Amino acid sequence: MSTISQAPSTTTAHLEPVPDPWRGFPTGSWQERVDVRDFIQRSYTPYLGDAEFLAGATPKTRRLWQTLERDYLSVERERRVYDVDTATPSDVDAFGAGYISDDDDVIVGLQTDTPLKRAMMPAGGWRMVETAIREAGKEPDPDIKRIFTRYRKTHNEAVFDIYTPRVRAARSAHVITGLPDSYGRGRIIGDYRRVALYGVDALIEDKKRAKDAVADQPFSEHWARYREEHAEQIKALTKLKVLGAQYGFDLARPAATAQEAVQWTYLAYLGAVRSQDGAAMSIGRLSGFLDVYMERDLAEARITETDAQELIDALVIKLRIVRFLRTEDYDQIFSGDPYWATWTDGGLGDDGRTLVTKTSFRLLQTLRNLGPAPEPNITIYWDEQLPDGYKRFCAAISIETSAIQYESDAQIRERWGDDSAIACCVSPMRVGKQMQFFGARVNLAKALLYAINGGRDEVTGAQVVTGHAPVPGDAPLDFDEVWARFEDMLDWVIGTYVEALNIIHYSHDRYAYEAMEMALHDSEIVRTMGCGIAGLSIVADSLAAIRYATVTPVRTDDGLVTDYLTEGDFPRYGNDDDRADDIAATVVHTVMEKLRAIPMYRDAIPTQSVLTITSNVVYGRSTGSFPCGHRAGTPFAPGANPTNGADTHGMVASMFSVGKLDYVDALDGISLTNTITPAGLGRTPAERVTNLVGILDAGFAPQD
Amino acid sequence: MPATLPDRLAAPAAADATTLDQGFAAPSGRRSGAGTAALAVSEAQRSERLARMRAGELGSVHSWELVTAVDGPGTRMTVFLAGCPLRCLYCHNPDTWQMRAGEPIEAQEILARLRRYRKVFAATGGGLTLSGGEVLMQPAFAARLLAGAKAMGVHTCLDTSGYLGAACTDEMLDDVDLVLLDIKAGDEQTHRRVTGRPLAPTLAFGQRLAAAGIRVWVRFVLVPGVTDDPDNIRKVAEHAAAIGTLERVEVLPFHQMGRDKWDALGLDYALTDVAPPTDEQWSAACEQFRRLGLPVGGNPAGVSR
Ligand code: SF4
Repeated sequence: MSTISQAPSTTTAHLEPVPDPWRGFPTGSWQERVDVRDFIQRSYTPYLGDAEFLAGATPKTRRLWQTLERDYLSVERERRVYDVDTATPSDVDAFGAGYISDDDDVIVGLQTDTPLKRAMMPAGGWRMVETAIREAGKEPDPDIKRIFTRYRKTHNEAVFDIYTPRVRAARSAHVITGLPDSYGRGRIIGDYRRVALYGVDALIEDKKRAKDAVADQPFSEHWARYREEHAEQIKALTKLKVLGAQYGFDLARPAATAQEAVQWTYLAYLGAVRSQDGAAMSIGRLSGFLDVYMERDLAEARITETDAQELIDALVIKLRIVRFLRTEDYDQIFSGDPYWATWTDGGLGDDGRTLVTKTSFRLLQTLRNLGPAPEPNITIYWDEQLPDGYKRFCAAISIETSAIQYESDAQIRERWGDDSAIACCVSPMRVGKQMQFFGARVNLAKALLYAINGGRDEVTGAQVVTGHAPVPGDAPLDFDEVWARFEDMLDWVIGTYVEALNIIHYSHDRYAYEAMEMALHDSEIVRTMGCGIAGLSIVADSLAAIRYATVTPVRTDDGLVTDYLTEGDFPRYGNDDDRADDIAATVVHTVMEKLRAIPMYRDAIPTQSVLTITSNVVYGRSTGSFPCGHRAGTPFAPGANPTNGADTHGMVASMFSVGKLDYVDALDGISLTNTITPAGLGRTPAERVTNLVGILDAGFAPQD
Repeated sequence: MPATLPDRLAAPAAADATTLDQGFAAPSGRRSGAGTAALAVSEAQRSERLARMRAGELGSVHSWELVTAVDGPGTRMTVFLAGCPLRCLYCHNPDTWQMRAGEPIEAQEILARLRRYRKVFAATGGGLTLSGGEVLMQPAFAARLLAGAKAMGVHTCLDTSGYLGAACTDEMLDDVDLVLLDIKAGDEQTHRRVTGRPLAPTLAFGQRLAAAGIRVWVRFVLVPGVTDDPDNIRKVAEHAAAIGTLERVEVLPFHQMGRDKWDALGLDYALTDVAPPTDEQWSAACEQFRRLGLPVGGNPAGVSR
């Protein structure tokens, strides 16, 4: 690169003077107040061409990736955890500089001093940390343990201080599973771009102003929390400058080059993942922003296309080696060890211009330069009007790597504006203006069985919910009666679920507040409570069976219904058959109505998701058999997917079924996972690309 | 080299195809577990049903699906009509043979669904494919669907053996954009052995399509030991080359996916021990078509019917 190179061994600043960071940028209100969107809209260059301009991996990139693979990733795969630092509770500035190798000088910064070495974040709860350390084959430090069990209360301890008997009952019966009560909630996207655009000092000033703007108001708990949280945010920003200095950068000032813009943005994200191990630590929407810097440096002949690609490759390498100290149980619930460094791209702006830039292509190119990987989880906001070259490149990379997710741009933009990003896998939010209280999922399928059994657990026989009568007699089930009982049971299940979430998020704010991420938000933000449901297809198919076929309950000696005799044909969700799909939509709507009726912590707006991750195996294991034929102990279908094998009319028909779920009822997102073999898309690569583009266009087009 | 098939493996004799109506039967009603979920089953009385079927308002349908890159270009709604005069040894859908085993479905019902998917077809360059069974067992029904599809601007395709080509009227051909013509064997003897029926009607239909200027994709199922004699393949290629409007040849590798259906129906399946062709066998067959200058598509993983 022709610009400054940060050698691992040195922290001396370069000798040439720092160019004016904002030189050549169009003026606008972004200069008066923190407004990254305004900056992007005035400055970015939409790219309408194809992928021809892209550069491959540089030798340095290749060497760096090979070193990682050879010395670290392969070792980690063998023993699950590469290493743990058991002496240092993690924080933004808790560790000095660390590097992968001598080649690691493009975009630098590790979570600890060694790649893949995991750090403790005991503010969330000590037990989880201790278990994870032991599972990694190490011994916890007794001093640290004493601090976090004697002197410093944790999020987890607070939650269990407050939990009610019904929350405990629902948890142990697996009606509600995977609650973020002992791990970080995540689903908060700091606007990491702010650090590059404004520099940390300006952000500190902004937060001080906001804090003192209310100084003369009278005391209230809300007021006190506001002031205390701002103080925490300012401290986190101050630590971020220390982190920068450890690597030889002056984050106090704005980034002045493309290299600095990527570096500053990454260090802000690094500060976040050093201080929080949230279930999803998404990075936001960076391409258009970074592209402005790339274009300026390219115009100034400061960098070449090869340099630009090297920067994005280097950033993506860093995003691929984020690690958190987690337990084996956690890995089970989340089917592995994801951290959802989701990078949102594509889409259109409010003014109709595409937000696709050359850097959007460079991001996809990383999957070719470095090979496919699940992180960062690249999510494309799809619209028929995206530039053709980009659509085809997305489709081609999808076919090559299966590593891309798609969302409907129109649907999201209408609700959340044109600078939103996905946290985790489906949850959209305005970057820097909105956060979510993550809510795991409630086992809706089990709730249906509870409705039939009057609150007795179909697996254990225990009476989990009281005050509900079981369906009497041995006659075939009547749809209206089962539906009425299901609604009653949902009142209990949803009420208990939200109670747990309110307790959790209250405690999380008190004992494990995300100061770094929140420092990169506006002072007044929108909060949503992202409630999730699991087992939708089972519920829809079972209710359809009860309505359209003859379902006779099979009881044990003491009257517990543990199986069903289903005779006759019934429609199944996922075939674009209104009879079953309408039931699914009604279920989602009913859950949402019940959520809306319950007050939420911090006036959060309730939203619902019907989403992919991943506890489907865990849910299935602790759930009984169903009228639709789903057997006890077998995994649920992911998200809004039809039951495996129930969709007999092709993938596009299932897309139409999913499309009938009202987005207003599921603003937190609906996921449909499709596996397409390349051969199933056509005979030649070009034909496959055309067909996939067509399917995406059709799948995301509004239905008649 | 193809083994000579013993006599007992020859396809069962079917009704004489010149009397088309012998196979024309009204379905008795909704079967359990059928693939026509979401299409309302007509309540019309049985005799009235037959009359309405002759008028093409009602058809006997096995199932439908939305598939990509299988039965013609793009994403298509493929409707499998019930009833087939052939008895191919490798048939993957023997449950489509009996017209009375299908479900009575209104043409309007299918057209309404087709309308719903127009955007999908437009976006993917797809459309409607009528398949089977044998679509030309129900020419009036097919004609109504084709005309309805064309009226809403949807691309249309027939997937047929062409054996009943005579049942296809010229008016019907006006509404057809593409025909997937199955040439199951190259010579009379092999064709009879594979399908139980003569080859000539298929070849005649191919010529008629060419004369009408309708684009044709020829499909050929490669079954080791049955259709893979190079001499047979060469003849299939020659027949294909003789169709002036030929656009593409698809060589579909045989596989055992239909076997369970034969067992379930209590039918005697002759190909139990036949392995799918290897990639080399498949490539060699493709090469034979290429040698005649024909554009060959298909892929080793492709699904044959
Ligand atoms: S393969 Fe086609 S033509 Fe042959 S018997 Fe089966 S359905 Fe009929």
